[in-house]
Amino acid sequence: MGGAHGHLLHFHAHSAIHRAPAHLKVVALLVFMITVVATPDDWFAAFGAYLMVLVAVIGLSRVPATYILKRMVVEVPFVLFAVLLPFVARGPRVEVLGLSLSESGLLAAFGLLATATLGVIASLTLAATTEPQALLKGLERLRLPTTLVQIMAFMIRYLSVVTEELRRMHVARVSRGFEARNPRHWPVLAKSFGALFIRSYERGERVHLAMLSRGYTGKMPL
Amino acid sequence: MSTPVLEVRGLAYAYPDGHQALAGVDLHVHQGESVALLGPNGAGKTTLVLHLNGILTAGAGTVSVSGMPVEKEHVQEIRRRVGIVFQDPDDQLFMGTVRADVGFGPANLGLSGAALEARVMTALDLVGMADFADRPPHHLSFGQRRRVAVATVLAMEPEILVLDEPSSNLDPASRRELADILSSLDVTVLMVTHDLPYALELCPRSVVLSDGHVVADGTTYDVLTDDDLMRRHRLELPFGFDPRTVAATLGLGD
Repeated sequence: MGGAHGHLLHFHAHSAIHRAPAHLKVVALLVFMITVVATPDDWFAAFGAYLMVLVAVIGLSRVPATYILKRMVVEVPFVLFAVLLPFVARGPRVEVLGLSLSESGLLAAFGLLATATLGVIASLTLAATTEPQALLKGLERLRLPTTLVQIMAFMIRYLSVVTEELRRMHVARVSRGFEARNPRHWPVLAKSFGALFIRSYERGERVHLAMLSRGYTGKMPL
Repeated sequence: MSTPVLEVRGLAYAYPDGHQALAGVDLHVHQGESVALLGPNGAGKTTLVLHLNGILTAGAGTVSVSGMPVEKEHVQEIRRRVGIVFQDPDDQLFMGTVRADVGFGPANLGLSGAALEARVMTALDLVGMADFADRPPHHLSFGQRRRVAVATVLAMEPEILVLDEPSSNLDPASRRELADILSSLDVTVLMVTHDLPYALELCPRSVVLSDGHVVADGTTYDVLTDDDLMRRHRLELPFGFDPRTVAATLGLGD
């Protein structure tokens, strides 16, 4: 593809991983994740090996490690939950740095963190090495129902439009002296999201009209 | 005279909430004409446009395109003949690449392969966007998106091109570029606009719609210089713009 490339998550480079067919990459990700999730929490060596595999793939793809690391912030909520587990789980306890922690909780936390981290790294690698359009084509080749693929295509297309609308609404709120500082301000945010939902819904209707005007009959022609 | 490309007779339409948007509209557009559809906000312009390709169906009266009545049974053919470019290009462009988007209409008409590709590239050439075929539409500037939106409709080789506010939100340079493109096209045009200088530049004839009625139909010069008519229907020329001097320098009007 010429010109500007893909999305926030896509890293432009020319490598064997970038060139690999998208449907193979999707299947590889799926197989990898099922294997990771099926591995018992206390097979520490196995998790180490999985991580090595990912590091090797990222190395091959020439995507900088920092690029992946920065985008791993999406994992933060899982980390918070995992950190809680050793405190709230029951069973035999161990002393760590003067804190009494649950043994099974520690193991569960490790398992959760390990699978989540591996999953996030693997997904980010797929996203970094695959154009959104190629990904959609790959999913189509894997016989995912076309309706689902179309919904994803529309989502990718309109994500930037809706984000931009959200940003403009934010700027307009701030310009009128509003900053959401505490929960008392949440109703205002909720109303903003409501307005955004209605706008998006109406845009959906206008897009549909424009599609009908160009002869759309309910089936994507391409 | 030959069969008009667009013939609207006694068209009336009320929205479900009872608001009478159109109250007996008559309008003829002949092949090769460029007609501006003027009128204040809420005059029914958009409602009229949505009748032209059968998105809305007439409460009373008829619409026909090159002699074919706009009715359910041949709505596909009507939508090929009438190409509507909507106001917000983000509504019109929804595919992942410019090429796929311009191809959407002709593909719905059953084109594929080399014929489809040729249709797409011809349309993109007409609006000067052929180099952008593989870009995602949301990476283009607003003016470029507007031009691609025009191409999506040109690719269907319509008999009449209907433009809803083509100059809105464009910077002056993009607005002029679009004018150059529109005047270079060999197609019948109906242009809904509030941009009166644009109407004078591109459309020899203007129709004024007000409160669901056609209240004037004549040369754009005559309409814009009829001060009384303009005032009655909330039409106003931009500050400092005088159609008389413009027409005198450019040799327009009478």
